[in-house]
Amino acid sequence: MIDIGLGHYLTLGAVIFSIGIIGIFLNRKNIIVILMSIELILLAVNINLVSFSIYLGDLSGQIFTLFILTVAAAEAAIGLAIIVVYFRNSGTIRVEEIDKLKG
Amino acid sequence: MIAHAIFFYFFSVIAVVSAIMVTVSKNTVHSVFFLILDFISISCLFIMIGAEFLGMIMLIVYVGAVAVLFLFVVMMLNVAQQKNQWFVSKDSSRHIPIGLLISVIIFFELIIVIGGWKYKPDLFNSAKSSLENGVSNTHSLGQVLYTDYIHVFQISGMILLIAMIGAIVLTFRQREGVKKQSYLKQISRERTEGVEVLEVASNKGVKIDD
Repeated sequence: MIDIGLGHYLTLGAVIFSIGIIGIFLNRKNIIVILMSIELILLAVNINLVSFSIYLGDLSGQIFTLFILTVAAAEAAIGLAIIVVYFRNSGTIRVEEIDKLKG
Repeated sequence: MIAHAIFFYFFSVIAVVSAIMVTVSKNTVHSVFFLILDFISISCLFIMIGAEFLGMIMLIVYVGAVAVLFLFVVMMLNVAQQKNQWFVSKDSSRHIPIGLLISVIIFFELIIVIGGWKYKPDLFNSAKSSLENGVSNTHSLGQVLYTDYIHVFQISGMILLIAMIGAIVLTFRQREGVKKQSYLKQISRERTEGVEVLEVASNKGVKIDD
């Protein structure tokens, strides 16, 4: 309990990952919160990679965290642009009103 | 060691609570604020564990760019007034129990995986070599990033460029009724179409610029 090891960091990553997935499923508001949940999931992945990289003494984990950061930033920019275009066209970004594809 | 534990529990409790608040808070602007708090706590954890370059980059990229972008879009789209309405609409709440079930199963699977690591302890005792030869974290990251991973680094730069172009192309629109400067029209203007000599009748006036 006092001796903080790799397992503690991995547990923190697992908790944040699960909260992100709950946020995707539970969300009834708008798509922006779903994008934020995806950011939470990527953050949990980053926690796992960094803690493995530190505890195993290998720098590749931190390198890949940098690339995940890049992809997350690009994904947030594109996703928000798509949301802005959708809101401009249809006037709503509420989750249950977006049913153009009848999915 | 006990200070490390105290700091770890402090930051991780803040991170988990703010992650929960991101998903359940009623106002989208509050969700973005809690997302910022979450990123800051996790970057504090990164700095504490010894990855200080990544902690600072997380602060710059996530808090400085991504979260502000979220905040900007939320305020621009005016969805802050749309209150949280789960468990209200009947037909859409049927996803919620199965979603909760799947999330809990994923969480316990991850925990079981972590527990399985305990039975392979020789992996943890492998060489902690490259981090402890007097070089700082940023220095050693740069040494690896610009030599072994230089192609991936450049590809990530291309990804950022394509994302920028894509965002601009998606949100660009030509507005109607806005006067814009047209260079081609300006430099190809002739004297004959710019000047006109009119016979003005007395007491009538003349209409120009229609």
